[in-house]
Amino acid sequence: MAKVESTFKNMTLTLLIITLIASAGLGLVYQSTKGPIEVAQLAKVNNAIKVVLPDFDNQPYTEAYTVKADGGDLIFYPATKNGQKVGVAVKTFSNNGFGGKIELMVGFLPDGTINKIAVVSHKETPGLGDKIEPSKSDFSVQFEGKNPATFKLKVTKDGGNVNAITASTISSRAYCDAVSRAYNAFMKGENNE
Amino acid sequence: MNRIANLTRGIFRENPTFVLVLGMCPTLATTSSAINGMGMGLATMFVLLCSNAVISLIAGFIPDKVRIPSYIVVIATFVTIVDLLMQAYTQSLYEKLGIFIPLIVVNCIVLGRAEAFANKNGVLDSALDGLGMGIGFTLALTILGSIRELLGNFTIFGLRVLPKDPSWSRAAFFHEPMLVFILAPGAFIVLAYLIAIFNKIRKQ
Repeated sequence: MAKVESTFKNMTLTLLIITLIASAGLGLVYQSTKGPIEVAQLAKVNNAIKVVLPDFDNQPYTEAYTVKADGGDLIFYPATKNGQKVGVAVKTFSNNGFGGKIELMVGFLPDGTINKIAVVSHKETPGLGDKIEPSKSDFSVQFEGKNPATFKLKVTKDGGNVNAITASTISSRAYCDAVSRAYNAFMKGENNE
Repeated sequence: MNRIANLTRGIFRENPTFVLVLGMCPTLATTSSAINGMGMGLATMFVLLCSNAVISLIAGFIPDKVRIPSYIVVIATFVTIVDLLMQAYTQSLYEKLGIFIPLIVVNCIVLGRAEAFANKNGVLDSALDGLGMGIGFTLALTILGSIRELLGNFTIFGLRVLPKDPSWSRAAFFHEPMLVFILAPGAFIVLAYLIAIFNKIRKQ
């Protein structure tokens, strides 16, 4: 078949038609994947909340609220059981990680004691800094059941109570930074109530 | 017969990674584990297959001067579809591959096959060519990822192959996984050895 000539009209028309069809197709795919994407992201947040808090029977993400902290937003997910407060999951962050931002989900009991901590996202070095993940090492276990009022959220090198990951002091410091940011915001909220 | 040649060319004789050495950016960056490499390979295969088929269909209607922009639009459309589908159904893999999924648009294998093959051949041949190239790319990335994961973490596809406990072997070599293979330099080292081995086999 003879090639279509490269006149201005032909070129404009071809590109117009191709982009029209492409965008229509993409619109369709977007519509049909929108629901599943939301479900998947919600499931991820919900799982993280479930991991870090004791048993609850409400829907923490429907009651979530945002608190401004230095340099970003912390998201609070309050959990209750039979109307009783059982704790708050706080999605916190630190920008001081070795590979940039670290995001954690910290579960606090009502008195400020840390229940458990999960890692939401990070870019730390595989094999070194990524030991902050509970599946890779026991680093995060030392925070469980500790109250930051008495447990200093700093690595031992900086005069705190946290045993840093060997060869990953920067990641450990960032982790502590994120947890203490969550704790400070949490205590501020408690005192205002 | 010719059809089969179109399919197998990409797998061995013109393997995009080991022979053509195209698309090195995702190859080196996403193969830190077998599953990541395979996920990246499959995503690219889907794009190659669809874009080759569609481009061979529409090539006759496209004026020469707007050829490349038209191909890019077709490729970008399929990449966005993969991106949305992965986000919806394979969240964790999607997060690990991150920026490299949208970057399939600029993967030179995809545009290269459109330019070199799909715009001169029929739909079926082009689809087979895309599929073959995709399989070749997926195999290469999976092998690369498996070797890196094995040496760097003692696992393949997340399954523990060698115990991390040092007592099973007296050789100090095996006491700790070799982290360097998961990091960027390991990608270059493993790729170089694989290309060397591949060349050796190909020459025989």
